[in-house]
Amino acid sequence: MTDTPPPASFALAAAAIAPESLKARLAHPAAGALATFEGWVRNHADGRGVRLLEYQVYPELAQAEGERVVAEALRRFDLIAAHCVHRSGILHIGDIAVWVGVAAAHRAAAFDACRYIIDEIKQRLPIWKRETYAEGDSGWVNCQVVVPPAANEVTHGRE
Amino acid sequence: MAEPAAGHEVIINYYALLRDEAGCAEERVVTGSATAGELYAELRERHRFSLPPERLRVAINAGFADWDTRLAAGDLVVFIPPVAGG
Repeated sequence: MTDTPPPASFALAAAAIAPESLKARLAHPAAGALATFEGWVRNHADGRGVRLLEYQVYPELAQAEGERVVAEALRRFDLIAAHCVHRSGILHIGDIAVWVGVAAAHRAAAFDACRYIIDEIKQRLPIWKRETYAEGDSGWVNCQVVVPPAANEVTHGRE
Repeated sequence: MAEPAAGHEVIINYYALLRDEAGCAEERVVTGSATAGELYAELRERHRFSLPPERLRVAINAGFADWDTRLAAGDLVVFIPPVAGG
């Protein structure tokens, strides 16, 4: 492994994410594996056509929690470096909403840590997504559903 | 620490559905609510928020907090609706 402690890194971005430059930051002579994940804006959700997305972010807390997630990954897995960037603002179909990159000596740690980071980011960061649908209406994902008190089913795992 | 019964001013920032329902991103409220949970109940009544507290988390001064955290004058309170990053 490396001599120096690996750098933890998380960023919020108001403009387009450029994966090539992010990837270059993770380069290291001891790295034998790079796992990356890109979350893309897709044109459908729950059977409805999606036209665009808005991510609203509580920046102070999202930044702190994002750094915490990456730091956790660096502690739990045998990594050289890890970095994550999450978008805010208006995004269109095909845009990168979130980028995760993990460099490690071997692939298993890189895959596992990449998965860990994206899963935790989705669950823990104070970031909200408003979908605007093909019909022109819009809604906050995970917020809008009004469930009758008796049949309160938690809808986790939904994008 | 401010005496809650006398009323203290706190700042609330709203996001996502709560921002839409409150009709503002931020407000200052003089409240007699002693805890974050009481404050949400008070504001839910005022703004007719649709989300029950069980579906929210709360942050005070940019850190996650418990609902029974006692409020102090000048606190920044953010109610966190169900998140959907990624």
